[in-house]
Formats: sequence, C-alpha cells, structure tokens
Amino acid sequence: MASAAEIASQARRTEVRDRWLLSAPALLIIFVAAIGPLFVMLAYSFMVKGDYGDVKFGQYSLDGWFSVFLQRDIFDDTLTFADAHLSIFWRSIKLSFLTTVSTLLLGFPTAYFIATRPRHTREIWVFLVTIPFWTNLLIRTFAMQQVIRNEGIVNSLLRWVGVIDEPLQIMHTDWAILFGMVYVYLPLMVLPLYASMEKLDFRLVEAGYDLYAGRLQVLRRIIIPLVSPGIIAGSILVFIPSLGAYVIPRVLGGGKNMMLGNLIELQFGAGRNWPLGAALSITLMVLVMVALLFYVRNASRSGATHG
Amino acid sequence: MARRHFEIRTQPGFGLVALFTFAILYLPIAVLVVYAFNASESVTVWGGFSVKWFAEAWNNSAVQDAAWRSLVIAVFAAVIATFAATMAAIATTRTAPYPGQGFQYAFINQPLMVPEIVTAVALLIVFSRLKVWTGYSGLGWLILAHTAFCIPFAYLPIRARLEGMDLTLERAAADLYATPWQAFRRVTLPLLRPGIIAGFMLAFVISLDDVVITEFVKSGGQDTLPTYMLGQIRRTVTPEVNAIATAFLALSIILVTGFFLINRRKT
Repeated sequence: MASAAEIASQARRTEVRDRWLLSAPALLIIFVAAIGPLFVMLAYSFMVKGDYGDVKFGQYSLDGWFSVFLQRDIFDDTLTFADAHLSIFWRSIKLSFLTTVSTLLLGFPTAYFIATRPRHTREIWVFLVTIPFWTNLLIRTFAMQQVIRNEGIVNSLLRWVGVIDEPLQIMHTDWAILFGMVYVYLPLMVLPLYASMEKLDFRLVEAGYDLYAGRLQVLRRIIIPLVSPGIIAGSILVFIPSLGAYVIPRVLGGGKNMMLGNLIELQFGAGRNWPLGAALSITLMVLVMVALLFYVRNASRSGATHG
Repeated sequence: MARRHFEIRTQPGFGLVALFTFAILYLPIAVLVVYAFNASESVTVWGGFSVKWFAEAWNNSAVQDAAWRSLVIAVFAAVIATFAATMAAIATTRTAPYPGQGFQYAFINQPLMVPEIVTAVALLIVFSRLKVWTGYSGLGWLILAHTAFCIPFAYLPIRARLEGMDLTLERAAADLYATPWQAFRRVTLPLLRPGIIAGFMLAFVISLDDVVITEFVKSGGQDTLPTYMLGQIRRTVTPEVNAIATAFLALSIILVTGFFLINRRKT
C-alpha cells in the first residue's frame, strides 16, 4: 500500500512533468532557432572552409581559429599577427567603451533631472525617453545619417555660422559610428539610471548638506554611490549591444570602418571563410559573456552592500 | 536677512544637459520626418511641402510586398511566441522551486544574451543547409527565427503579471468545483490578459523592427520593410525612404503609446 509520503512525491513528480510539458513549445522553438544553431556554428569553426563559402563537411582544421588573430604568409609560411583583425577588435572595444562613457555623461544628468521632477510629470519624461527606444534601430541610424552627412543639418549650420568653409567629413569615420551609437543607445542608459534614482532617498542628500558638504561632494559621496547599481546596469546595457553592433557601422561607417559585426558578415559574404566567421562570432559571444559576468559579480556585490 | 531658498535636489547644469539629451534624441527624427514632406527630388534641398513621396512609396510594388511580408511575419511570430511564452510563464511561476526551473528560465531568456549578429550567422549556417535538404525556402524560416527571439520579450511581461497574482482565486474556483480548465479559462486568463496583451505587442514590435536576423535568414526576394530600407539606404537616397521611415515611425509610436496606456491602467 502506498504511504502518504509516496502519494505526495508521486503528485510532485506529475506536477514537475506537467510544468516541463507546458514550457516545452517555447524551449523547443528556442532550441531549434537560437541555441541549437550556436552549437552547429561552434562545430563549423573547426571545419575546413569550402571553396565557394560553406565548409567541407567532416574535414576538420584549426585554421578558422588561427586566422582570428594570426595570418600565414603566402610565400614563406611565417605566422604574423592579423593586423586588420586586431585593429577591428580594437575599434570595436574602443568605440563601445567611448559610447558607454558618452551615454553615461549625458544620461546621468538626464536621469537625475527626470527623477527630480514632480511625480506626475516624471511619467511623461520617461515616456519621451521610451519612444526613441522603441523606434526601429535602422530608422534612427538613417536619421543620424541625414544629420551628420556633408549636406546634413550639422554641416549646413556650421557653414552658415561661418565656422567652416568646407563640410566636415563625418560620415564614414569612427566619429560617425560613435555619434550613431551614442544616439541609438542613449535610452538604454537613461532608463536603468532613472530606475535607481527614482528610489534615491533625498533625506540622505539633505543630511549631507547639513554636514556642510558642497554640491559636488554630495554628488560624489552620496548620490553616485547610491545609484551605482543603475550606473552598472546602464553601462552593461549600452556596452554589450555596442560590441555587437552591425547596422550602425554598416550604414554610418562605410566599408572601411568595420566593427566586429561587419567583419563577421564579411566572412559569410565576399570573404567566403565560414570557419573564420564562426570563430569570430564565438569570440564576440565570449567577449559579451565576460562583460555579463563582470556585471553579475558587481551587481551581487553592490546588492549585498546596499540591499 | 532673507536667503534664497536652497533646493537640495538641484545639481548645477544637470537641467541643461537633460535638455541637450532630449534635443539629441528628437532632432534626428524631426529632420527625417520633415524631409519626408520635401517636394524636391533630393533629400538635401528643401523644395516646399508635398506628400508626393508618401504616394510614391504607397504605389511602389516593392514597398507594398515588403510591408505585407513584414506584417505577415510579425503576426505569425507574435501569435506563436505569445502562446508559447504564456504556457512557459504559467509553468515557471507560482510554484515551489522544481528541478530545471532555473535552466528553463535561462534557456528562454538566452536570445537576449547573444549579440544578434551571432544568432544571425548561426541561423544562416543551419537554415541555408536545411533549405537545400527540405527544398522549402518560404517564409516559414523567417517566422521560425522571429518566433524564437520574440519569445523572451513576450515572456517577461506575462511572467511579471503572473508573479503579482496569488493562487487564492484559483483555489476558490477549485473549491467551487471548477475543473482545472474552467478555473484557468474563467479566473487565470482574464486576470492575465493585460500581461498577455503587453507581451504580444512587445513581440509584434520586436519582430516588425528586426533587421539583422531577417537580413541573414531571408531567401531571395523575401525583403521585409527594414531590409528593403537597408538596401535603399546604400543606394541613392530619395525622400521616398524618409516617407517609408516616417510611416513606420508613426506605427511604432501608436503601438508604444498603446502599450504605455495599457500598463498605466494596470497600475
């Protein structure tokens, strides 16, 4: 005869099984069209490249991974660093970092401004940040292109004022990519910053002033430490998509100023080197994972001290 | 002596930076919209007000096809994603921790963690081979790819809504001899509706906006509106692209405003 405990554990097993069955469709779709292909790609990165793209199935080689950082001289077979790739890695990291810093410098005062508005108007300001956030990325990139190109509004204005005679060449430079990324990712910085500033206890700020702190001291010693979870969250939300940016450098940077995303695309297009493309993709994914781990560690630490 | 009121919340210059930020956020969009109404052939010279580029875009069969394709993909992907996400959200919430719960949660949110370009080329690798093997190269592949990355977006608001609902009402229904299905149909589902609507709208917008994954998964002649625009931007640009973008923008703003209002009513 089944004891009460056995019946309970039987019921529990059935429940767990039902919960798995219920989430099965979502898990299956994500496995087929997101996670599974990543594993296939990992396998491709170890195969021999095909002559016209694709790979030679079943023939394995480490060439894809070697060519991420190294190149073999076609005459004497010596290995040298792949300068072109390294400079693209460097540009991606540099521009992502600069984008994060710029959006922080603009976003911090903006979030603070919104958080200090009267309660009923805050919602409107937040909504004004949300609209560009939900606007198609391509449309915003295209809008930025119209602003910064040679005949665009910025150059027209500068010429009209008389600062410059010849239009500034911004398009197809790193500056164009930087402006585009700052513009596109700014809401991703403002929203989490606002979320943590909204909870800021201004009695602590008042206490600071009572103890004769200046504005700057209050900002540096009280406000910034208290909203640091928001600063970290915003920075990671901007840094990660910047690192994987593809549309913005393609539209604004032109063919020469590639970022990692464009280098990857090149291998699957004109480059016809799928194993290298796969290896580069996995490298990019690892960079993102490292950034995420950094975030998780910091978030749990600051959560422990402030929560 | 009367001293000026000391406002503790003020930080000098922050208001100015905030205004500058809002100018940055809206100026490019404003320029784009203004030039959509430009009568002139080029996007650089202002030739007076006109809506001819909207008419031109409207009558362009390539644009019509792309817009229709975008819509079909977004509707299918968002509906399937919302169904799958609702079921998964019900499965993974309101229970004592069970084996694999964390795994399921991580699995469902995985598409958010990987750069889009990486998923895009991985799908290119797998789907291009599957297209050859199966001989099928229709819209199904795009719908499948879109559904996958829409699921986490549909899942998040539904899960959030469920976590705010306790099981009291469902238990009351069960006490009143409702079958589990009746309890779900009459109690859980009506309460969950705002979350499901929000999830569906998010998924719909995300699918409609996608450029990167679509660009790599699509077969020949399967341009959606965003990939069509991407192709046009690289060629000579006429205000027609501005007109398409403006119409697209209007649609997004309507959807986001609707989303905003639904969420506001909820709280």
